[in-house]
Amino acid sequence: MSSDKTVLMDGAGIKRALTRIAHEVLERNKGVSDIVLIGIRSGGAFLADGIAQQISVIEGGEVPVGAVDITLYRDDCSGQLPHQAVGKTEIPFSLEGKKVILVDDVLYTGRTIRAAMDALMDFGRPRCIQLAVLIDRGHRELPIRADFVGRNVPTSLKENVQVIFDETNQPLEVVLEK
Amino acid sequence: MAEFKHKHIIALRDLSKEDIELLISTAESMREINNRDIKKVPTLRGKTIINLFYEASTRTRTSFEIAGKRLSADTVNITTSSSSATKGETLSDTALNLLAMKPDIIVMRHSVSGSHYFLANKVNCSIINAGDGAHEHPSQGLLDMLTMKDRYGRLDGLKVAIVGDITHSRVARSNIQGLTKLGSSVFLAGPPTMLPPGVEKLGNVTVCSSMNEALQDADVVMMLRIQQERQGKTLMPNAREYSRYFGLNPNNIKLAKPNAIVMHPGPINRGVEMSSSTVDGEQSWILKQVENGVAVRMAMLYHVCGGEMGE
Repeated sequence: MSSDKTVLMDGAGIKRALTRIAHEVLERNKGVSDIVLIGIRSGGAFLADGIAQQISVIEGGEVPVGAVDITLYRDDCSGQLPHQAVGKTEIPFSLEGKKVILVDDVLYTGRTIRAAMDALMDFGRPRCIQLAVLIDRGHRELPIRADFVGRNVPTSLKENVQVIFDETNQPLEVVLEK
Repeated sequence: MAEFKHKHIIALRDLSKEDIELLISTAESMREINNRDIKKVPTLRGKTIINLFYEASTRTRTSFEIAGKRLSADTVNITTSSSSATKGETLSDTALNLLAMKPDIIVMRHSVSGSHYFLANKVNCSIINAGDGAHEHPSQGLLDMLTMKDRYGRLDGLKVAIVGDITHSRVARSNIQGLTKLGSSVFLAGPPTMLPPGVEKLGNVTVCSSMNEALQDADVVMMLRIQQERQGKTLMPNAREYSRYFGLNPNNIKLAKPNAIVMHPGPINRGVEMSSSTVDGEQSWILKQVENGVAVRMAMLYHVCGGEMGE
């Protein structure tokens, strides 16, 4: 691509943000009891693993981690469904009564989050759902906000924010494309 | 990323290796829905699916109906014994009448090979073949391949023995088309009257002179039903003789690899093509096939709805 790219965060910066989010999650929920992390495929699922690691470093306990693929719950292709492959949803535990931390990489229109929440509700009735995102770029089209934000990045609609992962699914950097 | 661009799924012959891999991978992802407490996703909400069955079917029709319902589509079943076809309506007229009710997908089973191509030219909705005469049965071929992939993690390099009435078997034809595209080698055995001439030209297909030759070191043994309704009485002397030469039993199953799986598209004639002990034995993956059928059909319904209209 010939477009302009600005690096907003590097790997170390992302790691610091995830560590802070882990602390905030523990503080808000007073520990790890009943907490589960669910990442939205694909970026959010990798970040959920990162946050879970940090939580176990801080608190010692293991937090259940799941992943949700929202392809089957989308609303942005009425009539025309996407024709790509569907990713796997892996939530090998009940969400009944759990405090779900939903994790995504970039929060934008909010429609992905809406779809993910619909998907989660099909797995039982969680006690609450909190939203953690690495980047909040604004331009919401639904009444949705994040509880934990790595960084707020004001953007224009023409720009694109991407979190890049390496081949072992570790976050490398966040880039803004114009 | 691979995209599925077909409006209809009529034969695996029409699909590329990538198309087939995409359908199998989508089915693998959708399988999880069938194990939830709430077995439903909203994906095909507002879509109407008509299951039009001109031939008897339990598994396939139920499986397509459940698949549609789990994706939130509205499914309607028409079996010809209770429809206007018994009053003499032609396929073409039935289709045009159904079309006036604006379905999004018609899933059809028909006794005439190729009838789906005829129908696809007449209608603007998607057509999925649930079996046409002795031509193809793509959903069965796909679910068979998914089952083999579950067992071995791959299809490339597998030795698959298919035994029985190959000539009249749309299941065999779909499997041969799909498996050879995905790199498996297929070995066929059956009475000479039930082996179609020229079948070895379809790719990596070997016609064996005996059942034992086909079974030797097979990873997968697929037994076919003797289709008494399709072949008449002339092709084999009697069921007992057929069973002796082409039936799977605890002795000849040992020729296959020790952990080979045994498959059958159903319904089974116990004691004819398979002895009861092999149907219920540890190597039998027959019920796994049925389980995979729902996921595969969900993937088919999903992808024909998503494909670019008008290929």
